[in-house]
Parts: sequence; C-alpha cells; structure tokens
Amino acid sequence: MTKQFALGIFEDEDVLLHAVENVRAAGVKIYDVFSPYPVHGIDDALGIERSRLPIAAFFFGLTGLSFALWMQIYMLGFDWPMIIGGKPHIGLPAFVPVAFELTVFFTCHGMALTFFTITGLYPRFKVPVMDVRATDDKFVMAIELDENSSQFPRLTQLLRDNGASEVNQKEMTNN
Amino acid sequence: MQHVSAVREPLVTGGKTLHDVTQDICYQVEAKPNLRWMAALSVALFFLGVFFYSVYRTVWYGIGEWGLNKTVNWAWDITNFVWWVGIGHAGTLISAVLLLFRQKWRSSINRAAEAMTIFAVICAAMFPVLHMGRPWLAFYVFPLQNTLGSLWANFNSPLLWDVFAISTYFTVSLVFWYIGLIPDFATIRDRAKGPIAKFSYSMLSFGWKGSAKAWSRYETVSLILAGVSTPLVLSVHTIVSMDFATSVVPGWHTTIFPPYFVAGAIFSGFAMVLTLMLITRVVFRLEDYITLEHIALMNKIMMVTGSIVGVAYITEFFIAWYSQVEFEQYAFINRATGPYWWSYASMMTCNVITPQLVWFRRVRYSIGLTFILSIIVNIGMWFERFVIIVTSLHRDYLPSSWAMFSPSIIDIGLYLGTLGLFFTLFLLFAKFFPVINMAEVKTILKYTVDNGPTYNPEKAAHAHHPATHGAPASAPVTYNQHD
Repeated sequence: MTKQFALGIFEDEDVLLHAVENVRAAGVKIYDVFSPYPVHGIDDALGIERSRLPIAAFFFGLTGLSFALWMQIYMLGFDWPMIIGGKPHIGLPAFVPVAFELTVFFTCHGMALTFFTITGLYPRFKVPVMDVRATDDKFVMAIELDENSSQFPRLTQLLRDNGASEVNQKEMTNN
Repeated sequence: MQHVSAVREPLVTGGKTLHDVTQDICYQVEAKPNLRWMAALSVALFFLGVFFYSVYRTVWYGIGEWGLNKTVNWAWDITNFVWWVGIGHAGTLISAVLLLFRQKWRSSINRAAEAMTIFAVICAAMFPVLHMGRPWLAFYVFPLQNTLGSLWANFNSPLLWDVFAISTYFTVSLVFWYIGLIPDFATIRDRAKGPIAKFSYSMLSFGWKGSAKAWSRYETVSLILAGVSTPLVLSVHTIVSMDFATSVVPGWHTTIFPPYFVAGAIFSGFAMVLTLMLITRVVFRLEDYITLEHIALMNKIMMVTGSIVGVAYITEFFIAWYSQVEFEQYAFINRATGPYWWSYASMMTCNVITPQLVWFRRVRYSIGLTFILSIIVNIGMWFERFVIIVTSLHRDYLPSSWAMFSPSIIDIGLYLGTLGLFFTLFLLFAKFFPVINMAEVKTILKYTVDNGPTYNPEKAAHAHHPATHGAPASAPVTYNQHD
C-alpha cells in the first residue's frame, strides 16, 4: 500500500519548531519530523508524551539485583554450601560487587532491547527514507495526504509561510 | 535553547555548517584508504602476527613459555591486564561522566574514546584468559555447575568479581557505543553510492530515520546508560584493585587501592586518548573539531588525576611507616631502593613529576609536548603496575625463595602483540566508522562555532570573516582577545 506525504524541508531548528507549532495550530496533523540531531523542545511542540523508559530502567535494574542476590545466596548458601576459610556461607558483603554488576548489566541490556523494540530498530537490507538530507543538514516535516492529495497546494502554502525552504510530495510504500 | 558565554572558546572552529560536519567526517569513510593509513595498518598487522604467534606458543607449550617463576607468579600478564583496563576507563569517563556533567566539548572526542575503551578491554581480556593455560575452558569462570559435581563458582573471590565486572563493562560499553553510532551510520547510508556500502550501512543503521520520537527515546536511553556507566566505570577498577587489596601480600593489602587505581586508570586513559587524538586529528584533518582547546582540557584532567596518583604513592609510603608493620615497611623500602629501584624511579618520574609540566600554558597547548607527555604517562603507568605486582612478590616472607623476574620473548611478544591488536582494531574503526559523533557535534554547532580561521584553505576563502590563517581560533595567540 502506498501513501502520499507532503514534505516540508527546513534549514534551521528554530524555524522548524515554530513551524511545528503553527502547523498544528492550523489543525493539520503532523505525521513525523525527521532531523539530523535531536531538536530540543520538539517533543512538546509535537505533543509527544514523556518517555516512560526510565521506569522500565528501574525495573530492569531491580530484576538484575534480585537475580544476582538470589543466585549467590542459592548457590553458595543452599545448593552446595562450602566452608571457605571458616567464613559464613552467605556473606552478603562479598556478594555486593556481583550484585551491583548484574544490576548494571540488566539495566543496560534491558534498556537497549526495549529501545530497539519500541522504536522498531533492527538490521534491514533496505531503508526507505522520506528525504536523504534529513540525516545530513535538513529538518523534514512529513504530513500525510489523502489518496488524491487534494490538500497538497494548501499545505504547500502553509509550510512556505512558516519558513519551509521547499515543499515536496513523496510517495512511500508501506513499511 | 542554551546560552553560551562570549568568553568561552569555541568548541568547533572554522565556521562549519551542518553540511560541512557531514562532509568532513564522512570523507575518510567514503574516500579510498590513504597511504599513511595503509602503512599504519601494515605495521599493526605485523604486530598482530606477533600476537598470534605468542598466543600459539603460550597455548601449545603452556604457561612455561612465560618468564614467571614460583615466587613471581604474576608479572607481565597482570601488569598488561591492569594497564589495558585502565586505559579503557577514559573512554567511559568521556562518554558517560562528562555527559552527565554536560561538558559539551566531549562531543568531538567521545566516539573515538569509547572505541578505545572497547578495544582496550578486548586486549586486557586476553591476559587472564591466556593465563588460564587452557583458554577453551574459560567458561569455567561463569557460575555453571561443575560437570562432575554440583560445585559452583566462589562468589567470595575478587577474581570472580572481576569476571562479572569486566564482562559487564565490555558489553555495556559496546551497547552504549553502538547506540551512539546508529544515527551516524544512517547519515553514511543516505550518502552511500556503491551497493556494498549502501547494504552494509543499511544493516548497521538498524533502519534509523531520525524521527522526533526516536530521537526523544535515544536521548533518554543515552542518559540512562550514562547514569549506569558512571558507577560502573568506578566499580571496574575498584574490583581490579581488590584482586590485590583483598590479599595479604605486603604492598598489596592497602585500603586506598580502589580510589588510587581509579585515578590511575583515568590518568593513563586520558594519556592514551591524547596519543590517539593527536594522531587522528592530523591524519584525518579534524583540527577544526579536535582543537587545541580540547587538548588543553584533556591535559588538565590528566594532570589532576596524575596528581591524585602522586598523592596516593606518598600516602602508601606514609602508611607503611605509620602502620609499624615490618613486612609492609620492607616492601616499600625494597620498592624504592631494592633491585627494582629503576622501575620505581621510572614510575615516579613519568607519573608524578613530568605531568606537572601541564601547569604551564605553553605545554598544555603544545601538540608536540602533549604527545611526548602522553607517551611518557603511558610508560609510567605501565611501570606503576609492574612495581606494584613484581616488587611486592619477588621478595616474599621466605628469603630462600627470593627471586627476580625477567620476561621471556613470548611475554614481550604478547605485550607488543596486544598493541598490534589494539591498533589494528582502532585503524579499522577509524576507516569504516565515523570517528566523530556527527549528530552530537551538530547539536553544539549553532552556538559554539566561530567563523575564524580554518585548516581547509578552500573553505577559508568562503568563511565569513577570514582571519589570520594557520592557527585555530583557540590557540594561545588569540587568548587575550576576550580578556
């Protein structure tokens, strides 16, 4: 299935930010904005909710910590208790380093996997992009058009008025 | 939005635009490898060959190929291990700690420094694994049940803590580094012409498009990873130091080891970052991104951590005297005046005295002197580990077993070999991966670029205010202009 998009190309992040606000105020739904680097303030302008990733990070860390403590206590304290230099089987201070390392291990890898999954990042043969300059020096605002692209002239005017240096129409195959 | 004071030295010189950044950094990825790079790679590959030969000898004939003896049973292997792990620490410090402290200057050096971390940890890991003698049984270090019984690993041992610390450190650094690389791979992908390049960078870029939501999550994830990497990097060398500190050997049994080792790690790591950056900026013409200001800042960190290390050396001596423990006192007197006095003297000179030259502005901003200083520090930090390990062991409690250590040719081969391994990996990285984080440099560009002189004569002609050529705007020459 193919979709039509109007692409507003911007040269500057501040111009883009104002344009995003004005375009949304005009009642147009923005499909997405592509930029070569993170534009601060665009989350609010686009109405993107605050990420809940930090909460996930906390629970990944908690999992790692619990797993590490369980593992060490179970292995050395219950499954095969050994007397090493007459020390207690469950010597919690000695378990701190491994518990800490596994907390970090679980947090980091849990976060990375979550990030890749929810953002849809995985190795692929071909990556269809709206405009190749979006990873170089241009800021691209994409607006989805209906089937016969009737709103395109109106959107072109709106984007131009808000500082877009060019406005293109692009057909994207569903991906 | 941020405000940058006018008296701040610019972070990127040469009046770069967003597109210039892409061009300058993608250039060496897209261009044919130059002669200097190929010459460097062939030297590195030669030493990689030396590494493989030494590994073959070690594995085939056993640890007897090394110069170890019954008294000095840890020597170059652990020295090299600690040296390499320490070098890695600067990369994480730059990528994580400086990110949390919002030190924007880290942007141009963080990618290469993190690559250095990963390659240094790979080199470090070679030594304990080879010291096992049968590296194919290396999986025994993990808490898997013994095949013959129900025995688990001993979690009370600092050597096992090391296994967890190093493997966590390696994988976390790798993931952190890779996530940072994804947007830059996308930039290269979108510029790629050839089918192989297009395919490879499409795979590597994980389908990154730079959408607003992805960037927002990317920043959150970076911050969290930086947050966990900061205590991680401190824990890694703390645990490495505990390999020694939890033993009862005089000279090792010291409570100041953790902070002392961490400071030493950052010290040697920054020296290595400086060595690499000074070469990279010239070979790839990145003088506008890695300016003299960057070099001066790194020099300052090196000097501070070097001074901490100096204080630690003196504290150790004081505590040995103050403790009134005869063995401890002898260990330290023997270090400074015994048969290994020359290694102690080298350590003191290279780590404590020469870095103090950085107090002089001329030294801090001098490329040549900084380069020499960074090499000296790396030598000094290698000697520090040698002093700690060998001089503490070679005269133990029983004078009849006192011995000296001399490295075998295989010991030397393994050490030089890991240098070959390190530089092979680094050169391949520098050729095929973007050595500077383009996306991050672009974020600081709008506020911190000056339109001053540039190293690229063609661009200089188009610069808005062509000023004096030949020196970056941050050189000492222009220092007084803001005062």
